[in-house]
Amino acid sequence: MKIRLVEQSFDPWQEIARHQSGQPALAGKFGATAVFVGTLRDFNQGDAVQAMRLEHYAPMTQKYLERVAEEASARWPVEDVLVIHRYGELRPNDPIVCVAVWAAHRDSAFEACRYLIDELKTRAPFWKQELTPQGRRWVEPEAD
Amino acid sequence: MSITVRFFASIREKLGKEQDIIECKGITCAADVWSKSAGIPLPPNTLVAVNMEYARPDQPVRDGDEVAFFPPVTGGAR
Repeated sequence: MKIRLVEQSFDPWQEIARHQSGQPALAGKFGATAVFVGTLRDFNQGDAVQAMRLEHYAPMTQKYLERVAEEASARWPVEDVLVIHRYGELRPNDPIVCVAVWAAHRDSAFEACRYLIDELKTRAPFWKQELTPQGRRWVEPEAD
Repeated sequence: MSITVRFFASIREKLGKEQDIIECKGITCAADVWSKSAGIPLPPNTLVAVNMEYARPDQPVRDGDEVAFFPPVTGGAR
């Protein structure tokens, strides 16, 4: 299980490949890998989005991402979990978050991946501030 | 004998500060920490965390605690 918060732009596909090849104990144990990648759009609520600043409460974010990953690992028979989440200044087309789950079978991989992304979005302390042509605005919780 | 106070996002901007250190004297719960540090009523829907765990405003606090106040999180609803 690996949870990382990163300030710089990252390539989720490279990170997933690197993580998997760095875990030789995984080889032969998984038959399914489910991946979710969240990417910054260039529109939201009818406005153009030029950039986004993602603020977070660093130690609490890390703690909650780890907790959600532990919950998913306890609930489904998964072999490994990788979560990478950006913070700081993002541009449209930048990956925001990547969740990858390795499991013996696809049901567990899909369900654990879905649980992870849904839970981290509602529990991890992140706040989005968008830059639109009208200026900067905090995203309201029900808006996205 | 002090408590560390943290503010985030729109609340940080509204108060014009991200951190504060306050004396424990007269402080019993998280809401007291807000009153002493912010000096304005607690905005509705404000979330509270004590030592990085979500808490209610009436949760007791003590010396050495870190108490944070922030708006609802916006990781994305769908």
